Amino acid sequence: MDKLLDIENLWVRFPTRQGVFDAVRGVSFSLGRERLGIVGESGSGKSMTGRAILRLIRPPGIVEADHINLGGVDLLKKTDKQMRAVRGQRISMVMQDPKFSLNPVTTIGDQIMEAYRLHNKVSKSGAYAKAVEMLNAVSIRDADRVMRAYPHEMSGGMGQRIMIAMMLIPNPEILIADEPTSALDVSVQRQVLDIMDALVKERGMGLIFISHDLNLVADFCDRVLIMYAGRIVEVCAADKLHEAQHPYTRGLLNSLPRLDAPRARLEVLRRDPAWSETPSVSGRV
Amino acid sequence: MNMLEIDNLNVWFGRARDRVDAVKDATFTVGEGESFGLVGESGSGKSTILRAITGLVPTWSGEIKVRQDPVPKKRPKSFFKSVQMVFQDPYASLHPRHSVDQVLGETLFLHGFREIDARVVKLLDDVGLGQKFRFRYPHQLSGGQRQRVAIARALAPEPKLLLLDEPTSALDVSVQAEILNLLADLRQEHKLTYLMVSHDLSVVGHMCDRLAVMKDGEIVEVMDVAALYAMKAVHPYAQHLLQASV
Repeated sequence: MDKLLDIENLWVRFPTRQGVFDAVRGVSFSLGRERLGIVGESGSGKSMTGRAILRLIRPPGIVEADHINLGGVDLLKKTDKQMRAVRGQRISMVMQDPKFSLNPVTTIGDQIMEAYRLHNKVSKSGAYAKAVEMLNAVSIRDADRVMRAYPHEMSGGMGQRIMIAMMLIPNPEILIADEPTSALDVSVQRQVLDIMDALVKERGMGLIFISHDLNLVADFCDRVLIMYAGRIVEVCAADKLHEAQHPYTRGLLNSLPRLDAPRARLEVLRRDPAWSETPSVSGRV
Repeated sequence: MNMLEIDNLNVWFGRARDRVDAVKDATFTVGEGESFGLVGESGSGKSTILRAITGLVPTWSGEIKVRQDPVPKKRPKSFFKSVQMVFQDPYASLHPRHSVDQVLGETLFLHGFREIDARVVKLLDDVGLGQKFRFRYPHQLSGGQRQRVAIARALAPEPKLLLLDEPTSALDVSVQAEILNLLADLRQEHKLTYLMVSHDLSVVGHMCDRLAVMKDGEIVEVMDVAALYAMKAVHPYAQHLLQASV
């Protein structure tokens, strides 16, 4: 399998008044043309890992790593200007809530076209045609009306699909999706995932799928990293997630109410301080 | 005896051309000591029903009866003593500049209780927080702890009926398990009746005895949990929702 992305010993630190807080503590993993899931609770550092790859963490936050190689080139050595050519064009990111990631005072059409024209030299009409094509690809009907609409006129599911269209229009090699469906209803969730899945397969992209929903990740991804307190505690194949060994993963799985196995009481996760002390498991292939 | 009877409840927003019928002819009953769930997509009107019951939405018609007493448009004080609500987002439902002690103390005072001090202590113990959280502010609490405070506040007037609007959807799964266990314990201890809204069918399946499936403001099906576990829904939309949740 060819490696699109290879990360070694990634740290994300935030200096605070009470000393330095380590949000991500020495994480290593690689990504091929696959769907890689990262799961964990809030505060486990999963979103920070995604953001650190794109160097989206602003000072005073500190990102350190032995390397973050994208196609053999270290992203950490790039200048800010060179980074801008990477963001969007080679790696793009879909954020959690479309409400906060779309510009509220610009029409959707203009936003998608901007994303395309920034990286491609095309005429306005060419960009328009491409944007409509992308909206169709994420199964939005009457794309012409949506192009004229403002974000507040869209539902959550529509907004998220528009975000995906916008992120995929420059045809990146890697898509980082940070909780792309957690603001959506179950029925819409499925649709959005299917669309992402089809696009990733068609284009041979690598996908990093960040989520707190274990069942969703087990269903949707190929490989899963489980994060706890800034470290990877377990790596496993997604279809084997329900046979996971680490007590933290087991605890998370058991704390879910299940329709197929009803129980009188839910198990409560008992945290072992040793979990955050054991060194990170490598997620490199 | 039925704790809650909802008969032909209609709720709407806006007027004339802009009128949206959020709930249409909803009818259901919740027995005393029962736990009843409302499920459906966003915008299906499930939270609106709760808001209409508590009087947070004034534009409703139909009949709401709590213990066979019709609820008037202007809710009397006694209503709030028997019906309380827990909201979805614990980050938004607590006053950021009131300590836990103030939040609970004020509620108790407004409901005319004496021995407020002892009652605050008791409430905190009931929800598993304990004394050390008493003088903290919301920003010093985690999401799960905040939701416990919100539950303690709802329990303060010693209600009979608790309306739960997605009480765990803003929380992690491990914390969700703690809160759901707490709610189950409290229901047993205080002999409470729950009306719970959730978009997560497995949560409703775990917590409730019966549930209603809503779509576009209408209740399309009422079923009991055994039917949910057996995946036997009659209405095609309810069946579709079941399939999507497995």
